[in-house]
Formats: sequence, C-alpha cells, structure tokens
Amino acid sequence: MIELEGIRKVFNEGKSYALTAVDGVSLTLEARKVTVLRGPSGSGKTTLLSLIGCMARPTAGRIHLEGREITSLPERFLTGIRRSTFGFIFQQFNLVKGVSALENVMLPAYPLGGDHGRLVMRAHKLLDLFGIGPRAHSRAEWLSGGEAQRTAIARALINDPAVIIADEPTAHLDSKLSGEFMEMILRLRDQQKTVIIASHDPLVYESGMVDRVVSMRDGRIEGAGT
Amino acid sequence: MRPWIEKQRNILDFTLSSLARRKGKNIALICVYTVLVVLLASVMFFTHALRKEAVLVLRDSPAMIVQRMVAGRHDLIPAGYADSIRTVKGVSAVRGRLWGYYFDPVVGANYTLMVPEVFEHPAGSVVIGAGVSRSRSAMTGDILPLRGYDGQLSYFTVAGILASDSELVSSDLMLLSEQDFRKLFNLPGGVYTDIVLDVRNSREIATVAGKIVRLLPDTRPISRNEVLRTYDSIFDWRSGIVVVILFAVALAFVIFAWDKASGLSAEEKKEIGVLKAIGWETSDVLWLKFWEGTVISLTSFLAGILLAYVHVFLTPAALFEPVLKGWSVLYPEFRLLPEVSAYQVATLFFLTVVPYTVATIIPSWRAATIDPDAVMRA
Amino acid sequence: MRKSTLFFAFLGFLAIALVFAATDAAYRRGRSAEHLRSSSVLVRDLALTDLCLFSEARYTRHPSQADLHTPFQDHPFALEHFPSGSLLTPPAVLKERYAPVD
Repeated sequence: MIELEGIRKVFNEGKSYALTAVDGVSLTLEARKVTVLRGPSGSGKTTLLSLIGCMARPTAGRIHLEGREITSLPERFLTGIRRSTFGFIFQQFNLVKGVSALENVMLPAYPLGGDHGRLVMRAHKLLDLFGIGPRAHSRAEWLSGGEAQRTAIARALINDPAVIIADEPTAHLDSKLSGEFMEMILRLRDQQKTVIIASHDPLVYESGMVDRVVSMRDGRIEGAGT
Repeated sequence: MRPWIEKQRNILDFTLSSLARRKGKNIALICVYTVLVVLLASVMFFTHALRKEAVLVLRDSPAMIVQRMVAGRHDLIPAGYADSIRTVKGVSAVRGRLWGYYFDPVVGANYTLMVPEVFEHPAGSVVIGAGVSRSRSAMTGDILPLRGYDGQLSYFTVAGILASDSELVSSDLMLLSEQDFRKLFNLPGGVYTDIVLDVRNSREIATVAGKIVRLLPDTRPISRNEVLRTYDSIFDWRSGIVVVILFAVALAFVIFAWDKASGLSAEEKKEIGVLKAIGWETSDVLWLKFWEGTVISLTSFLAGILLAYVHVFLTPAALFEPVLKGWSVLYPEFRLLPEVSAYQVATLFFLTVVPYTVATIIPSWRAATIDPDAVMRA
Repeated sequence: MRKSTLFFAFLGFLAIALVFAATDAAYRRGRSAEHLRSSSVLVRDLALTDLCLFSEARYTRHPSQADLHTPFQDHPFALEHFPSGSLLTPPAVLKERYAPVD
C-alpha cells in the first residue's frame, strides 16, 4: 500500500522558469490492485509515477510505503527499495541497444550479485512467459514493437517486484497489441502484483481490468476517482 | 564478499557486451594501444638492459688509460712516458696499447684493429669479431686483404672468430700481431696509441691521475669510473631520439585519454540514465566505466610488455636496427641479459593503465549522479 | 560461457605467458656468468673500454675515449653522425667544469 501525503514537485525551483508539476496530491493506492492515473499530457501523472517509484524526491510532502516513510531515506536505501519493490515499464521501453533481449532482462538484477545461473534461468522463463523465448539472443534493436514491449515487461519483473509502474505503455502500440498488453496486466494482478499505470488512452482506463481510475489535471487530482 | 565479486562479474559482462557493440573500433583501439606500449616498453627494456650489461662487462676495464694530446687531438704516445708513469707510487701493470681504425671500402665498414698483449697466432693472421665475419662473409681460413699506409695490400688469414656471446664488445674487432700492426700503419717501434695501467688502491685513482698530469702535462688520464659513467647515460631519456619517442608515445596516450575524457555523447548519457532507472546505483555505473577503461588498457598493457620482452630479449631488438644502425655497416647482434626493473614496469603501468581508466570514469561522474526520473521525462 | 569468464581466461593466459617470460629471464640471468665470461675475458685481455655499438665515427665507437674536440673532427661544421650522435650524450665527465669557479 502506498500513501501520498501533500506531495508537491517543483522543477527548477527558484528560477524564472520554475514548473510545478505536482501540486499538493494526497492519495492512497491499494495493494494488489490495478490503478490508472488518467489525464492529458502536462497533468503531472508521469511526475507522480516517478515520485511513487522512488525515482525522484518530492519538493514537499511525504510518501509511505507499507507504512514506512521513505521520502527522507538516503539515496542508497532508496535505490535498494526501488530495485526490490518496483518494476518500471517506460513509454519508450528504453531497452539498451546493441545488447541481447536476454541481457536486457537481466540488467536490473546485475548489481545484486546473485547466482548467475539462476538469474539466466529466471530471465529465460520470463521471456518464455511472454512468448518471446526464441528471441532471447536477438539484439534489442532488431525486436519488433510488440517484442520490445514484452521484453520491457519481462525486465520489469526480473527482481520479482511487488509493484509494477507503467508510463503510457500503449502510446506506441496498435489496438491489438494494446489489448494484449492489458491482458498481461491482468495476469500480473492475478499474481498478486500492484499495478499503477499512467495513460490517456481510453483503451487502458476504460478497460474492465482496471480497479480504480484517478483523474489528474494541472498537477492535481480531480474528484475522488472510481 | 561473494555477492560483490558476482556483482563485479555481472558489470564486467555488461561492459564486454557494450564494448562488443563496436567490435571493430575497440579491437583497433586495443591494437594501437598495444603497439604504443610495445614501443615504450621496448625502449625502456632495451636501454635498461644495455646499461646494466655495459656496467657488468666494463667492470674489468683498466683502472686508467693515459692519452697524449697534440693540438687538441689524441696523438701517439712515446714508450718513454710509460717509464715515467711507472715511477708514480701506487701504479702497477703499466703497458702500452696499440689500436686504431681501419676503413674497409669493400663494404664501407669501420673496423677497430687491436694488438693483444699476447697474440698466439703466427704473423699474417687475424682474429676477427663476429660482425666483421658477417660483413665480409669471412670464416676461419679465409683471406682478408688490408690496405696499408703505402696503398699496398697485405693479406691476412683468418685464424679465428671471436665468440658471438661477446659481440657487444668485439663485433668490429680485428686482432693481429704487433709487427703486422706497426707495418700496416707505418708506426715506428717505441710509440703506442695509449698507455693503460692498474692502480693498486682504487681510492687512489684520482690522486694518481693528478700526479700523472703533473708529470706529463700533455697527457689526459681517463679513469675506469669515467668509462663506466659514459655508459650510465647512454640512451638516456634525455638523449635525442629517445626523447622524441617518449614524447610521441605520451602524446598518443594523452589523445586517447582526451577522447574519453571529453564528455559523453547524448546516447551514452541516456544509457546511463536507463541503467539508473532500472535500479543501478551511482557506484554501479562508475564501476561500469572503470571496467570499460580497464579492459582496454589492461589488455594492451599486458600484451604490450609481453611482446616487448619477446622483441628485445628473444629477438635481437629487430625493430630498433634501422634506427640504431645509422651509417655503420656493422651492427652487433644484441643478445642482452634480460634485466627488467620492477620500477620500469610500474612506471609503464601508471603511464598506460591509470590515465586511460581515470579518463573513462571522470566524465561519467556527472551523468552517473543524475536523478533517474530524467529518463522518465525524456 | 560468460563473457567475463572469457575475459579472465584471456588475462590469465597473458599472465601465464608473462610468468614464462619472467622464468626465462631468471634462467638467463642465472647463466649470466657464462654469457658475460667471453666478453669479460676480452675486456680484461685487450683492456677494452667501450661497447661496439656505433662504428661510424671515433667518438661514437669509443665515446669514453673522446674529448670535447673529437666530434668536430676537422672543423666545427663537421656534420654529426645520425642517429648515434643523438643517442649518445657526451660523457658526463666532459660536462664538468675543470676548475671551481669560486
């Protein structure tokens, strides 16, 4: 469960071009549910996602993860928590070019220094799970859009995180692939994962697999959400 | 401990994958880098070994050589001077030396002709150094003609060839009897090229030299110490060509490091951002850069000193031949004792591995510390 | 095989080769007495003072016997021998002052 209390994020604070991306957001995200942050671009949902996922610190406010306050933790601990608790799926997928799909999937686990053989097996299993097992040794740039997306999802799962965060996951996908994506999300929820998605795609936020939709505009939440 | 090792191996795996993306470029880089190390190490090994060997070999040089100077030139010295020198206290084994140069127009080489104290072969024979033998293709029993002062040819039979192990001192020597030498150069009896002597107490050498000069003001004594010191600074880093080589190599290393240090491309920055976003810490990224620099420089360093060792000590420094040979037709085959100092190897290491690795890490520092959310917003 | 394993194997191979080289060097140094003997005998018997490195000129063949005038031979514009002249610095003893200035 993730609690956000009075979160504010200002970029370039103090300068003339300062931008308040998130302006006083208080929110409780339930565990093991699929939540969608919905809103037009510029509404602050991407920023909020990165704050939830411990990628950045809020300018003001507190974040509690399973009751534990994490906003004031030093970077090392924050990174450790992020690594073990959150898995990210970026809008641009952001796979490392020139490196195989398999290695891309294993990358988040590299700094942990666990058993290498088991890591390789886990990565293969994940790729198989999403149906791209045969493409394991292909370079990232040779993968099709759908294959890259699944690799990105597999990468997000390598450390078996409790929370999956996805930023505009269907932005570069056609309807068919978008539908497939949502089915994969359902599978994740069945595996007791918490999923938080930021999207302005109706295919996502009107999907039956979503438990809650939070609307955002201009850095604030509109209404209480369904 | 174990997880840390595994982590390093993982990071190294990624480093190698990352370098393999530009396989051609990186292999070329390693090759060039290795060549530079071979050049630098070869020069270091060669000069150090040569200097060491010079000291060892010339240890047995005479304690003092006395030359006579006429109008600033080294001239012949009368036998009477030797008698005067014998009167100086502390001096022993005074004898005259006969030696000179001979230019052989057939091959364009200079030989050093010497008369040993005891020449066991019959008159009309010569013992030649391995270099002479090679340049004239002369073996034992062959005839070598030498042109005397009067333009007439004298024919000498090769009675033996000096050991190739001693080439460093004997490559261009020709040993013959005193009569033959004097006849060839029209030197009357009673003159010598110079006089050599021993000093009983080596600490007295300077005093003895002073006494000799006072006794015979037109002489110039040279002590063994001075002989050894001459070879202390041979091929010194301050000497002409060595400076040029060192400078060129240093410049090349600077260029490599500069290329690395002049900042990351946008693509590299983005990649670091992605790594941080998926869970790599700043220190992990820095380790990545460390391995990137170390893989290239360490490989080049190790391969370089290995090849340099083979070049200098297992082949007779073949690459240096055209440089060292210059005009001299005779070139000794360098079979040097492998004397490598740890100091040199350490210097090489700090010159080649450290700057390059540091130059790879430093510019990444900034990128490594960025907040990963910048990647999200890209 | 993992790439890092390959790399370590390669480094290991280089390290072993270097160990071989070091052993070879030690072995040769052990036999140095023999190697130097023929040279030492000649140096002693003939009262040699110089290594036979560059036989182009008197002062490059016998640098320890050269004085300040020798390189110039007949006149100050006499061309220096290349590259041996640049590899041999003047003997240290010649660079000292002959008498103290003070």
